[in-house]
Amino acid sequence: MTTAHALSGAGSSPPPESDTVIDVRDLRMRYRSQDVLKGVGFTARRGEVVLLLGPNGAGKTTTIEVLEGFRMRSAGDVTVLGTDPADGDERWRARLGIVLQSWRDHGKWRVRELLAHLGSYYAPYSTALVRRPWDVDELLAAVGLTEQADKRVGTLSGGQRRRFDVAVGIVGRPEVLFLDEPTAGLDPEARNEFHGLVRGLADENTTVLLTTHDLAEAERLADRILILAGGRIVADGSAEELSRQASAEATVRWTRDGRPFEKATAEPTRFVRRLFEEHGEAIGGLEVRRASLEDTYLTMVRELEAGSVPDERAVHAFGEGSR
Amino acid sequence: MSPVWYAAVIGVRRGWTELRQTFTTGQDVFGYVLWTVLLIVPLFLVRDDPLKGAGISTGAFMLPSMLGMTLAFTGMMTTAQLLATEREDGTLLRAKAVPHGMVGHLVGKIIMVSGTALASMALPFAVGVFVVDGVARQGGGALLTLVWVVPLGLLATLPMGAVIGSLVDSPRTIGLLMLPVMGLVVISGIYFPLSKLPEWLQTVGQIFPVYWLGLGLRAALLPADAVAAEIGESWRHLETAGVLGAWTVAGLLLAPSVLRRMARRESGAAMAERHRKAMQRVG
Repeated sequence: MTTAHALSGAGSSPPPESDTVIDVRDLRMRYRSQDVLKGVGFTARRGEVVLLLGPNGAGKTTTIEVLEGFRMRSAGDVTVLGTDPADGDERWRARLGIVLQSWRDHGKWRVRELLAHLGSYYAPYSTALVRRPWDVDELLAAVGLTEQADKRVGTLSGGQRRRFDVAVGIVGRPEVLFLDEPTAGLDPEARNEFHGLVRGLADENTTVLLTTHDLAEAERLADRILILAGGRIVADGSAEELSRQASAEATVRWTRDGRPFEKATAEPTRFVRRLFEEHGEAIGGLEVRRASLEDTYLTMVRELEAGSVPDERAVHAFGEGSR
Repeated sequence: MSPVWYAAVIGVRRGWTELRQTFTTGQDVFGYVLWTVLLIVPLFLVRDDPLKGAGISTGAFMLPSMLGMTLAFTGMMTTAQLLATEREDGTLLRAKAVPHGMVGHLVGKIIMVSGTALASMALPFAVGVFVVDGVARQGGGALLTLVWVVPLGLLATLPMGAVIGSLVDSPRTIGLLMLPVMGLVVISGIYFPLSKLPEWLQTVGQIFPVYWLGLGLRAALLPADAVAAEIGESWRHLETAGVLGAWTVAGLLLAPSVLRRMARRESGAAMAERHRKAMQRVG
């Protein structure tokens, strides 16, 4: 691999001038006469894990594919690592990681063999700052596939295959990583390991943009959640901030003289105070469940479908403490 | 070395890896053996039937012809089949996601298909020379013909195969294409001399590379007297080079833009859609 050495430094990228890695403004996408994206805008900083959430057909995959440079947009300004994906060259591409859903491609290749092969394309883009590609054995250990290194890709289990997909996505030590529904079909344990892996990458300053259907996953993994619905970003913030923004209600459960009651309220603190004022000792088994991200999400999507998205949401008194 | 050349070198290694894989995969090896059996059985049946006026047996006529057909088949249909399959299963999308991965993929595919073609020819040849008499006995100058016919044959068929593989919507369409290809074999003078067909069918047969690759291989492997069975009693080297050259030029002109267009359209969503359709067909 003397050639790799000769090329070292050829693809040296300048140190990051700006902290913004992804910048999307007024992104529009039109298929025939249908507007799929109607002005999507968001940014992502270095080392941030941003999660794109939304109902099926909301345009999550379309958005990610525009950022990957795999799809032309109808209108809007988009930059990824300071470059418009539509004119992104291979040097730009070398700084991206894309986790694809594998099906049965490269079934005859052995795990280590294919990782080494795909990694070798990144060697000309190695810099003093970012050594490319990732050492194969190190990478296999990081995704927990050391034991499967000599197995054929076609013989991996579903979970192993997904981890392998992630390994392929990060073999070039990307500065931005795109994952479209990475944990679909993973068992809880594999999902947990995957979350650890993504957090680890973010700690090393990789920006991660992923889509998911799994709201619990969104809550655990994301620094920031974007909700894409009706062709626009309708919410942008941490899971906590979103709960506060949405008009989702908390559920209060109690028993009075042994009989169970339940009430949904936007102001659980006040409600509980009144409950005790009125009934005192008769109240038992009190339980207050504040809106989960799932409730928040469902409320937002429902509001949107009803056509009543307020620009400024009232901050509801869900209780003072944070979750 | 520029990154493009660097990716091409990786592609060469990729081609070798894939060749090693195909020759060590049971299913693939079975395919090569089956192909050999399919060619040798008819050869065996007519090994002693004399070919009128040519001084060789019909079997001797068929062996090199079938090798030429194998070359055309592999170059065109295998390339198309692999490309369509790899588009569907996401191999191409993976290539697209790495820097200059498409260059590596394409170079790898050329090596892989060329190697496969040579192996698919070598096996029936090695068995066939023991079944029929008079093939590859004249040596020397005629064998030199192989040195230009075989590479030119690959050049004439591979890019065209890539064009077909890019244009079809699924690997199953390639299966349908096999029917007209079978018809083409009948009018390409593989199992009997073309001169036995009506003149207009001869003309049609001579448009396609299958006939010319059969002729080229016969020129290389048959005794000089066997030329009597050919159109115009000549090996027509110039015409062979001309027609194969024309296919090469057409393929090389068409393939890059068609391949680029195909690659541009590849995305995760497009692949997921094909995956869904394919699974519906399976389930």
